[in-house]
Amino acid sequence: MLRIALLMLFRDRAKYVMLIVGLTFCSLLMTQQSSVFCGLMLWTSATVRNIGAKVWVFDAKVEQVNEVIPLREIEVTRVRGIPGVEWAVPLYVGIEQARLSDGSFQNIQLVGLDTATFVGRPMEITKGRIEDLRMPDAVIIDQVGVDKFRKKGITIDIGTTFEINDKTARVVALCHANRSFLGQPYIYTTYDRALQFAKPQRKMMSCVLVEPKPGVSSKELAESISAIPGLRAFERDDLFWSTVWWYIKNTGIPISFGTVVLMGVIVGIAIAGQTFYLFILDNLRYLAALKAMGARMPILAAMVFLQSFSVGFVGFGLGVGLTSIFGYKVLKIEQPPFFMPWQVPAFVAVIIILICCFSAAIGLRQIAKLEPAVVFK
Amino acid sequence: MSSYEASQVGSGSIAVAVRNVTKIFQNGDTPTYALRDVSFEARCGELTMIVGPSGCGKTTLLSVICGTLAIDSGSIEVFGKNLGAMSSSEVTGFRSKNVGFIFQQFNLIPTLTVVENVSIPLILQGWNYRKAEEKSAAILKDVGLGERIRSFPKQLSGGQQQRVAISRALVHDPKLIICDEPTASLDAKTGHHALELLKRSACAPDRCVIVVTHDSRIFSFADWIAEMEDGRVVKSCSASEYHHA
Repeated sequence: MLRIALLMLFRDRAKYVMLIVGLTFCSLLMTQQSSVFCGLMLWTSATVRNIGAKVWVFDAKVEQVNEVIPLREIEVTRVRGIPGVEWAVPLYVGIEQARLSDGSFQNIQLVGLDTATFVGRPMEITKGRIEDLRMPDAVIIDQVGVDKFRKKGITIDIGTTFEINDKTARVVALCHANRSFLGQPYIYTTYDRALQFAKPQRKMMSCVLVEPKPGVSSKELAESISAIPGLRAFERDDLFWSTVWWYIKNTGIPISFGTVVLMGVIVGIAIAGQTFYLFILDNLRYLAALKAMGARMPILAAMVFLQSFSVGFVGFGLGVGLTSIFGYKVLKIEQPPFFMPWQVPAFVAVIIILICCFSAAIGLRQIAKLEPAVVFK
Repeated sequence: MSSYEASQVGSGSIAVAVRNVTKIFQNGDTPTYALRDVSFEARCGELTMIVGPSGCGKTTLLSVICGTLAIDSGSIEVFGKNLGAMSSSEVTGFRSKNVGFIFQQFNLIPTLTVVENVSIPLILQGWNYRKAEEKSAAILKDVGLGERIRSFPKQLSGGQQQRVAISRALVHDPKLIICDEPTASLDAKTGHHALELLKRSACAPDRCVIVVTHDSRIFSFADWIAEMEDGRVVKSCSASEYHHA
């Protein structure tokens, strides 16, 4: 009877298409918005992923990577004194202003790497050499910066100069880095030069990057360092999640995206539920006839659930497929943010299953109430 | 023999025995007697008609005979099986195996082809889909619809749809055929042809056909006629006696 159920559904073209469109739209809305939300959350922790150190040490009041309270440089020495530390280097991270050759300004995310080791260097140098960072005024700019400057009519290449806080910076290499939350280009230089570019303050160091000794876990080391008064250490994943949760708790982003996802659920329930209910109502006479002819309730229930889940499956597939195409396109241009971990389609699948169950249940309620004798009326 | 299988019977033996059956529909606080102490028998090898004016209880009697409606008192035996002693699930199983239905509105599923519609009783019994279609196609050929098996019901005339309904009722070789106003949706000529077909293909020594109708033009096809009035069987006799009376 399951084949009969599918034929009944597929050949009722108008309702079938309506159900598919409703569930596809619902699935698309939920998957796309959830993926953009996840992408946005990834952007918030771009610095963590770009630098990539195992343990990060901040001021004790710091909750996330984009909220830096400067430290004294002596803290590097204190951290190096903790048992289990293989090495510890200073890092400067700050938003500065670059002035271009045409006089326009661009906010940048300046990263000052330890001059000796370049710990936290860009993951991928696309042009030039990292070693050239030791040359005077040298900086490395990421692809986001290249693109942003290009939009302003300035072509950035090796040798191009611009100013950071009135001090000359010269591009020695181009790199690829994860995009930051506010979209400022990442500009890498040495730690000492970063302090020259940055506006002077009493304390300048943003954080200390630490590598645990072999056999020492990052988590344990972070706990040991956090025991030092005035310091707070994060293991890399903890810093990532701490940053993500900070944005979830302290911004309206989840509410905004959550509202759209909720709308997707409501649209799904409204369109799919109502259309499926109408489909059942239209077929009630025939279902009653099947009941009279000896179709038991479990068979009818299986038919209804199969019909509901088949449209759910197709709608889900199309929705996730369209979102993937969207993601494929936007990842090329890196806007808007997009990241679809497996949990997103899994979450949407659960919602679609619930919508299908709801739709089937309201239809089944009608069938359960149906007396087979009504076929004689 | 499974609990769903009817006893083996021959021509002339009692197929359906309805004894002192009462069925009450509750309309708010007011009870409405649809059947009042009805007793009735139908035999194998015969076409029995239940006739009477609208609202006299014909369809209710038909519904209780095939077990789609529970009774309030009395007993119903179909091919030796007491429906009242069976669970709802057993009655459904019994119906699936032993009863063929021809509905007034045909109730052919519009999104299924003719052959798919006819296959349903076989599929409900667990037949393989392809074999069910083969058997259905054969029976459709017998009723002159061999060329239309892939058509949809709405592409057929009323008479052709009735022939499909008859095929669906017969495809699983049921012992009892239940027809509810089989000519109500047909013109006189088509109705006559439908009854001819029904009589020719459905009536068999081991099978009982019960037709509910108020169409006096088809009374001549009956072997036995039970006349109902106000929830009671007021006359039950052979067709010839009925016509003479």
